[in-house]
Amino acid sequence: MREVAVIGVSMIKFGRYPDRSVQELGAQAGLEALKDCGVEMKAVEALYSGNLYQTSGSGQRILQQMGQTGIPVVNVANACATGSTAFREAYFAIASGAYDMVLAIGSEQMGKQGLLGSGGDPATSPEGRVGSYIMPSVFGMAGMEHSRAYGTQQEHFALASVKNHFHSTQNPLAQYQKESPLDEVLNSRTIAYPNTLLMCCPTGDGAAAAVLCSMDKARQYTTQPIKVAASVLTSDPYTDRDLTLPDISTLTRNAAKIAYEQAGLGPEDLSQVELHDCFATAELLHYENLGLCADGEAGKHVASGAPWINNRIPTKYEEDIAPLQDKTYQPRSKAVVNASGGLLSKGHPLGATGVANIAEIVWHLRGQAGNRQVEGSKVGLAHVIGLASACTINILQK
Amino acid sequence: MAEAATATPETRPLVPHLKLGETRDQDYLAGSRCQNCGTLYVGPRQFCAKCSSQGPFATERLSSNGEVYVWSIIHQSRPGIPTPYIAAVVDLPEGVAVNANILGVEPKPENMHFGMKVKMETEKVSEDREGNSYIAYHFVPA
Ligand SMILES: [Zn+2]
Repeated sequence: MREVAVIGVSMIKFGRYPDRSVQELGAQAGLEALKDCGVEMKAVEALYSGNLYQTSGSGQRILQQMGQTGIPVVNVANACATGSTAFREAYFAIASGAYDMVLAIGSEQMGKQGLLGSGGDPATSPEGRVGSYIMPSVFGMAGMEHSRAYGTQQEHFALASVKNHFHSTQNPLAQYQKESPLDEVLNSRTIAYPNTLLMCCPTGDGAAAAVLCSMDKARQYTTQPIKVAASVLTSDPYTDRDLTLPDISTLTRNAAKIAYEQAGLGPEDLSQVELHDCFATAELLHYENLGLCADGEAGKHVASGAPWINNRIPTKYEEDIAPLQDKTYQPRSKAVVNASGGLLSKGHPLGATGVANIAEIVWHLRGQAGNRQVEGSKVGLAHVIGLASACTINILQK
Repeated sequence: MAEAATATPETRPLVPHLKLGETRDQDYLAGSRCQNCGTLYVGPRQFCAKCSSQGPFATERLSSNGEVYVWSIIHQSRPGIPTPYIAAVVDLPEGVAVNANILGVEPKPENMHFGMKVKMETEKVSEDREGNSYIAYHFVPA
C-alpha cells in the first residue's frame, strides 16, 4: 500500500439552500477543492460521491455540473458515515496504486425533512406504542446507559453542547454561530431526555470535498501535503441487546483500536478530534470510546476544559461549570474536540459531514483555521458513526 | 380475477414478537433460540447473527416480568404520535431485552429509575382502514 496525501479540501457553509440543487452544492465543493490545490478537472481519475437521500447517480449529476470527463464514478451510501466512507474508498484507490489523483465529494440536501422520518402507516407503527426507535431516543438512551453505569448527569452532557456552540462562533462555515450558555442549553425544550433541543444537531444542506493523491506526487501541488495515517471502517459486532438498544460504542472502540495501530499513534498523540456529536450525549460516550479519557470519566473530562480550544474553559463560563468539575482530574488526552462547532452547531447534512470533518482537520494541520486554530496541531482524528451501522475513523497527520 | 372478498377484520399483534391468546391476559412475548449455539432472540428468526447458522430455532415463551435497563422521555416524535411518552429498554429474566413504553407513571424523570421492576400488559392500540385491530404490549410498574 502506498502513502496517501490529502492535497486539497473545501466545504461550503452548511445551512439551507432551497434555491440550489444538491448537485450544484456538490460541484461547487468539488471545484473549490481542486482550486485549493491547483489541480485541473482533467487530472482527476475517479470520483467517490457520498450522498444519502439522493444516492443513485449523485456523483454523475455532480460531474454534469463540474466536468463530464468520463471518469469512473462510485456512489456511496452508508448512513451518517456516507461521506467518510466515500473518502475511505478514495483513499484505497490511491493506496492500492489504481489511481494517482482522485476526488471525494460529500453532499446532502435535507431541506425541512428531519431525522425522524415518516414511519409508514400510523395504524401499524410501533413508534410510541412499543418503545421508541427514532434517533433522538436512541441517543437519549445511550446517554442514560452512561448515567446508569457512572452517574453522569444531564449537566455534564449539556457541556458538550455549550463547548461546541462556543467553538462555532469562530467558524464562518458553521450553520449556527451562536453561543449557548449552560442554563440556555438546559432550559431549551426536551426532545428525548436527557437531550434538549440545543443538545440535538440541526438538519441542513451542504457539501464538502477532498482531493487525494499519492504522497510521492503530492509536493508537485502543495508545500503542505497531509498524510492519511489511518483509514478504518467497522460495523456492529453482535451484542446481547442487539436490535433493542443500538450500540454506538463497540464499533467505535473497534475502529479506534485498528486506527491507532495503523497510524502507530495513541490518543495522547492527538492534537484534535472531530467526533460524531449528533447528540450531546454521544460526544461524551465517544471521549471514552476513542480513549481520550478512561471509562466513566467523560463528564469530568468535558468539565476539566481539556477538549475545549486552548484546553481551558472560557472565563465567562467558569462559574457555571465549577460545580461540575473534579479539581483532581488529570486528562489523558488534551485533544481539542470539535473545534469546528461539531455537528451540534456546524450542522449535519448527512452525506457531507464525513468529508467536512476531513477538511476541518486539514485546515488546522496547515495552520489555516483562523480564530479557532488549534495551536501547533500535528495530528487530527475524524470520527463518524452511522446507525445500523457504520463507523469510520480517519487519522490525518502533518 | 377472484371476487374481492369481504375479509373478516382480524386482531393482529403490532409487533412480531407478541403472541396473542384468546383473551388479553393470555398474550405473551415469544423468543427464538438457536439450536446450534443457544443464542436467544426476541421474535422469530431464520438465521443466527452470532454463529451464522440457519438454525433451526425453537420458539420459547418469555417472561412478562422484567426490569428497566434504560429509559428516555420522548417529547418530540413522528407526526401524529402523542407525546410525551416513556420509552424504555426492558431486560427480561431470560437474558434478552425488549423495547417498550412504560405506562402507569407520569412521564417525568423523577418517576423513573434504573432497575425498576415492571410487568407486561397488552391492549388494542389502533385499527387500520380494513378494520383490523392491532394489539401492543407495554409495561407498568410491578
Ligand atoms: Zn446460533
